[in-house]
Order: sequence, then C-alpha cells, then structure tokens
Amino acid sequence: MVTLTHFLILSFILFSIGVAGVLLRRSIIIVLMSLELIFNSVNISLAAFSYYLQTLNGTVLVVFNITVAAAEVAIGLAILVNVYRSRKSINVEELNDMRY
Amino acid sequence: MEQIFFYIFSILAIISAVMVVSVRNAVHSAFYLIVCFLQVAAIFILLRAPFLAAVQVFVYVGAVMVLFLFAVMVLDIGKEQFKEHLHTQAIPAIVTVIALFATMGYLVSQGRITVPLGKFTEEALSKNTEVIGKSLFTQYIFPFEVVSLLLLIALVGAIVLVLKEKKGKQA
Repeated sequence: MVTLTHFLILSFILFSIGVAGVLLRRSIIIVLMSLELIFNSVNISLAAFSYYLQTLNGTVLVVFNITVAAAEVAIGLAILVNVYRSRKSINVEELNDMRY
Repeated sequence: MEQIFFYIFSILAIISAVMVVSVRNAVHSAFYLIVCFLQVAAIFILLRAPFLAAVQVFVYVGAVMVLFLFAVMVLDIGKEQFKEHLHTQAIPAIVTVIALFATMGYLVSQGRITVPLGKFTEEALSKNTEVIGKSLFTQYIFPFEVVSLLLLIALVGAIVLVLKEKKGKQA
C-alpha cells in the first residue's frame, strides 16, 4: 500500500535536490531548471494531499501552479537572453551589480 | 503492484533529478529534466489525476523544455559549462539542504491527518477530468481569469524584454 508519506518523502527528496541545484550550480540556466524541479516536487505533494484528503482543491491548485511555472520560465528565459547579450556570460557569480 | 510502480517511477525521478544538477553540459541536464518530468507525470497517474499527467506532459515536456533547449541553443553556452567548478559555498549549501531535509522528514513523521475527508472518493475521481473542468469554471472562475491575464502579461513581457535590447543594438 502506497501511503501519503511515500509521496511526501518523494516530494521532499526532489525539493532538496532542487534547492541543492539552485545553491550549488553557477549557470543561470541550470538554476532555472532546478527551480522547475522544485515546482514539480510541490505539485506532487499538492496532488498527493488532494488524493488522500479526497478533495479536489489541490488538483485545481496544481493546474494554476503549472500555468504560473510556464509564465515564470518565459520571463526568466527572456531575462537570461538579455543578460547574456549585455554580459556575454551567464555565470551567477559575475552578476553582482545589485549586491549591497 | 502499485507499490512496485511507485518505487520504479520515484527512483527514476530521483536519479534523473540528481543528474540534472550534477552533469556539466546544459543540454544533457535538459534531457534528464525531461525524463524527470515524465516520471512525475506517471506519479500523477498513480495519484488518480490523469488530467494533471496530460497537462504535465503537454506544458512541461512540450513547452517549457522546448523553451529551455531553445535558450541553450541560441545562447551557445555549451562551451563555458565545461569550465564550471564547484561553488565556494558548497559546504554551507550542502549542510543547509541536509538540515532542510531532516526538518521536513521529522515534521512528516510527526504529522497526522486530522481533517475530515472530502467527498471525492476513488469512484468519484474516476471522472476526474470532468470534475476538474466543472470546478474550474464555477468555483474557481476568478483565479482562472487572473491566471489567464498573468499568461498574457508573461507573453507581452517576454516579447518586450527581448525586443528592447535588439532595438538598442541597432541604434
């Protein structure tokens, strides 16, 4: 029997891998992909809660979540293209103009 | 039986997620991310949400990943990936991630479901797509409209962001 805990732990493992990717990698495009991993882990846990609590709210929220993720990727990649055009680099450690 | 499939899908998802953050080439990461998204779609099927699985395949594998591959291809960033070495903040980052995972695991092991269960049992969910469609256009009509506006803004915003730089270069 697969319980809610199984799905939540899978979701947590994927979330942790996504956070590790955001913190460890230095190219913006990999950071954006890790953000997508985090979105997916959250979607799994929403869908799991929705199924095990026998409501439909989580499922509907996942639909909205996917829409927001698509919008975020479109804007994020547009910003990435702009950054690459002006800097010729997508290394996050070189993009520190707004620090301090 | 269901358990076997759950473990197959989740182990494949975790392996491909690890590959996404660990391989050097951005194109390889994008392909591993596609594998991970497909496993997540299979997990949605196990959660009796076939509509979510279809949306996952269409939107993530179809649209988002094509956008990612397009960006990698246009920017020609394959070369500088190979020069990347580990972050200076690697050790604090790994400690943070392990602490986060331990906290979440502790909380989930302590948690108990106390809320009353809803009306969507296994049989009611067999018409999952129909029920989702009905509630999207009745109970959730306002968020639905807001999200469609958000998509329009994202569309216009992405075009404006990319065009402005082009005009500046020509001038």
